[in-house]
Parts: sequence; C-alpha cells; structure tokens
Amino acid sequence: MALPQAKLTATEVRLAGLSLPSAPGWTRLAREGALARVQAMGMPGRRDEYWRFTDPADFVSAEPVPATHHARQKIPVFDGMDRVRLVFVDGVFDAAASDDPALAGIEITRLAEAQGQDIHWAADLYGTLEARGQEPVDRPLAALNTAFATDGFLIRATGRAEKPVNLIYRHESDSSDAILHHVIKIEPGADLTVLENGPAAARFNKVMEVEIADGGAFHHVRVQGRDHDRRAATHIFARLGREATFKSFTMTANGALTRNECVIELAGDDGVAHVAGACVGDGADFHHDDTVFVTHDAERCESRQVFKKVLKNGATGVFQGKILVQPGAQKTDGYQISQSLLLDGDSQFLVKPELEIYADDVACSHGSTSGAIDETALFYLRSRGVPRAEAVDMMVLSFIAEAVEEIESEEIRGEIVERLVQWLARHRG
Amino acid sequence: MLEIKNLRASLEEEGKEILKGLTLTVEAGKVHAIMGPNGSGKSTLSYVLAGRGGYEVTDGSATLLGEDILGMEPEERAAAGVFLAFQYPVEIPGVGNMTFLRTAVNAQRKARGEEEMDAATFLKVVREKAKELNIDAEMLKRPVNMGFSGGEKKRNEILQMAMLEPRVCILDETDSGLDVDAMKLVADGVNAMRSPDRGFLVITHYQRLLDHIVPDVVHIMVDGRIIKTGGPELALEVEKNGYADLIGEAA
Repeated sequence: MALPQAKLTATEVRLAGLSLPSAPGWTRLAREGALARVQAMGMPGRRDEYWRFTDPADFVSAEPVPATHHARQKIPVFDGMDRVRLVFVDGVFDAAASDDPALAGIEITRLAEAQGQDIHWAADLYGTLEARGQEPVDRPLAALNTAFATDGFLIRATGRAEKPVNLIYRHESDSSDAILHHVIKIEPGADLTVLENGPAAARFNKVMEVEIADGGAFHHVRVQGRDHDRRAATHIFARLGREATFKSFTMTANGALTRNECVIELAGDDGVAHVAGACVGDGADFHHDDTVFVTHDAERCESRQVFKKVLKNGATGVFQGKILVQPGAQKTDGYQISQSLLLDGDSQFLVKPELEIYADDVACSHGSTSGAIDETALFYLRSRGVPRAEAVDMMVLSFIAEAVEEIESEEIRGEIVERLVQWLARHRG
Repeated sequence: MLEIKNLRASLEEEGKEILKGLTLTVEAGKVHAIMGPNGSGKSTLSYVLAGRGGYEVTDGSATLLGEDILGMEPEERAAAGVFLAFQYPVEIPGVGNMTFLRTAVNAQRKARGEEEMDAATFLKVVREKAKELNIDAEMLKRPVNMGFSGGEKKRNEILQMAMLEPRVCILDETDSGLDVDAMKLVADGVNAMRSPDRGFLVITHYQRLLDHIVPDVVHIMVDGRIIKTGGPELALEVEKNGYADLIGEAA
C-alpha cells in the first residue's frame, strides 16, 4: 500500500541526512532489510494509533532540536558499584574513558569494529528481534535504528558475568544526534546485568535486542537523565526461552521528550518477564511515554508491567501497555498496573491499557489510576511534625515504591531511591 | 496547659456546624476523658486541634501553654507539643517505619531549634521504647503500618507518641478494634508517659479503656458541647445507664 503523501515526505526528510555505513560487513542484509521496512512503514505521524498521545515530530525532523548539556554529575549514578563502564560520548564509544570490556568476563565487541569480523550469533540476531517486533504494531524508529546505527555493543554471556556492564551515555554537543544499537545474547543458564545511564545526546535513538536462551537471566536497570532539552526514543526487544528471566527497570527524570518502547516475546514455557518504570516530571516541557507490548506464546509464563509517573506543573505522562496471549499460551499470569500521581491540576496522564487473549485458562489483570496526593496520609505525616514539603516527598516515594521494588538488587534500589530523594528536594513547590 | 474556649467549627464543604461552643481545659499532669455518643463531634474536636484540613473554625480559641494553635500548620502544632493518636492510623507503603519516625523526631527538633538526634542514639531509644510496647524489630523495619494488625497499629501510634514526647496527647478512640490484651498494652504505654508536665485528652466511646487509663476528669460531649463534667465515676454512670439520661438531664 502506498504511503500517504505526508508520511512519504516526512520519511524522505528523515532519510535525507542518513547513509548506510560504507563497510557494513555482515550487517548489510539486516540494514537493507530495515531500510526497506522504514520505506514501507514511513516515519510515525500523529495519526498513527500508537502515536496519538505523543507527537513524534522531533524524532523525525531532519535535524535534532538543540539541547543544552549540563555539567556532568559530580557523583554519577552507579558510581559506587563494581561494574565495567563502557562510555559513549554523543553516541560515539570512548575507549579511553571506559574500562576494559574483558573485565566483565563475557564477550563484548563494539558494533562499529565487529562488522568486518565473522560473528555468527550476532549476524543471526542483529535486526531480527526488531523485525519480529514490527508485528502487529509498526515501530519505524526502531527499523530506522537498525538501518543506520553507527555504534553499539554486541554482548554475549555464556555464564554468569563477573560484573554488571554499565553503558554510560554522555552528552556534550548541543546538536548531537546519536543512533546506537546493542545486541545481547544470554546463552542457556547465563546471567547478566546491564546498567544504563546518561542523557546520551540532543537526540537519541537506541535499540537493544536481547535474546535470552533457556534458563538465562537478564537484568536491566536504566536511569534516564538529566538534561531538560534532550529527546530520546528507545526500544528494547526481548525474546525469552524456556524458564528464562527478563527484568527491566527504568527511572526517568527530566527530558523534553522520552519514548521508551519495550517489546517482549515469551517464547518458551515458564518464562518470567517484568518491566517497570518510574518517572518524575516537572514542567510543561516534560513528556514521557512508556509503550509496552508483551506477547505470551508459551505456557505458564509470568509477565508484570508496573509503571508509576509523578507529574507536576504541566508535565505529561503516557502509558500504552498491551498483554497479548496467543492461542495455547495456557496458565499465563499477566499483570499490568499504570498509575500517575498528579501534583497539580495542570499535568496529565494519558493511558491505553490493552488485553488481547486467545487462550481460555489464563489469569490476566490490569489497572490504571490517576490521582492526587492522599490528603489523609499527608495529614498523618504532618501531624507527626514532618513539614508539608517533606511529607509530599514521602508520599511520592511511597507512590513510586511498587515500581522501584521491581529492582532485585538492594544496592541499586537504594541508589535509585537516593537519586529520587535528591530530585524531589530540588523540585519542591 | 491546653485551653479550649467556646470553640465553634464547621465542615468546610457542607458548612455544617459540628463543634458548637466547646470549652475545656486540660491541666498539666492530668488525664481528661471525653465520652459521648456517636456523632457528638469527638473526633472532629481531635482533628480541629491537630489541624486537619476540611474544617473551618468560626469562633473561639485553643491555646497550648498560652500559645494559639489554631493558626498553626499541623507540623507546627506537632512541634509545639500536640500529638494525635489516630483512630485509624494510615498505611504508607514504601516508607519505612523507622525512616518516618526519625524524620518526624528530627523535624520537630529542628523546628524547635534543638539539635537533631543522631542515628545511633535514635536507634537505641527507639529500640527501648519499642520493646516496652512489644513491638519487634521486624515491625520497625516494615513500611508505616503496612500489614499491621489493629493492635499493632495502635501500639505503633503509642510508640510514635513516646518518641515525640508531646506536651498534650490526644487519643482518638484508641480502644477501637482492640482486644483486652492489646488494650492493656496500649494503656500501659500511655500510663508510662503520664508526667507532671504532660496532659492527656482521651476520647472514647466506651468506659472500658478508662479502667486501664484512669482519668482525673471525665467530660460528656453531646452535639458539639460538653454537657457534663465530673470524676471517674461519671464514666461508670455512662456505662450503667447510657447517655440518654444525661442528655435528658442537660436538656
């Protein structure tokens, strides 16, 4: 079907400034395939079903909207942890600022350097989960990423990683436009934790494809900061084998525009997938969108989506979450909760929860609420002497707790809470 | 110590008057009990004194040690020495009981210009007081009132009271939902805090709590006013004859 003229034009505009790498090596086929998908789907527009709540204009413009970068935090998040740091500056890997990837005890290869090598597992995976994730909902920004990604990592764990891998995205240029693509393979029984943090670029397009084989476990904690003008469209595509585990948590503060998509396919029996997020937004220039699609295609799998948004002074939060239970996916246990705490009358939370179930022996539940601070609880705290502003902060932390508790590591959980406390203290009133 | 004069208060939204000229003085070192039938305004009195929103004071005054409290924010009243033990203590998921207690203790100290209590001292004091109330370490670690039984919640209120050391303690239906053993534990906690420089206002529907927390003065409250004041024997009279006779007598 031919694209409408507006979409065609938008797509041409976006593609005009991009070119496939000159030596794509084994990624050539995947990239060409992805480009064909982009051309067939066109760039997202406001009329698309899954872009009604979020205007994609800044993702599809020829040039990024400039974003002032802030001085780096004195003590970056995860700083106290023993981890392997891999640093990108405006979307370009900076080896000098990074640790030796070998310290993680797993295979880590830079995409930009690996294209000339023969890496079978990566060749099988690069762009594959992204392509699968295009059904039944188009995700053209992800296809664009597969086609034009300039950097990223290929990570393969065959056992338990010795340390977490921390992908750090520094932002230094006000006009940077970064496209990163990571491919992660967790072999049977292997276990890896990936941490991500940093504002990355003025405009950031990131895809992470994660294949988790039988009995493998993947833990992901991400902190999206910090620069107010930054814009980011990210995708995680995960496919889980039998008894595999996927757990992802994202904390977002600030950012003019964030769209985090997570597409999960439970392909083996007894898999467990949890995806959670908490965001705090202050001001009309904050727009945060979580779009999640979980497909149950095997028996006895468990999925949980837990998303909490705290919005004030005109901030906007979006949640679009779907649980699709395929025929035969019996004994599915699906859960989804999305809630917002609106700290004033100017902020808004736009929600689209969906369940689509084709098996008859499943337990799926979803809920969504939007509300103000509980005055009774606030009075209770204040009646004990806690000043109003601190009491409101406590109520915010209380509201977010269910999402934060999805983080398994107590150390990381504590760190996330600490960052939240600091953010809240800076954004009182 | 706590002086309430001709206090009138209405529900803000409906404009309905609940307190209709209530006068009452709680002296330092004394325990005053307020008894009354349902709907007489007992809980409203406790909320108006503690500063809960939704009520409008239309007349009268309330002072603590000569200082007007009605113009203060709830946290300022707390720092000045007002404590309200809630009839229904609120559950706050995600906020640790200890964190909450320590924040409250230090916020009050800060407001009064006192030095904050350091972590080690706080821990020591809270453990001692918790032990007396039969509150175990696990309960202290849990989020505020989450998964607590009715009795545990009330004991937790008394623990907060013990840590905050208020000048005047208002106990709103602290006996509701408690079995005899739990009530005794709570009463022991309250009795341990009786001191010459602290006053108590014990609001209760039934006389039974007053067997354990023996009051110096008993007031009968009906329709937003005190209609009769007497000694502990007044509570026994209510227990025996109900409120009807007293209401008839006052009319």
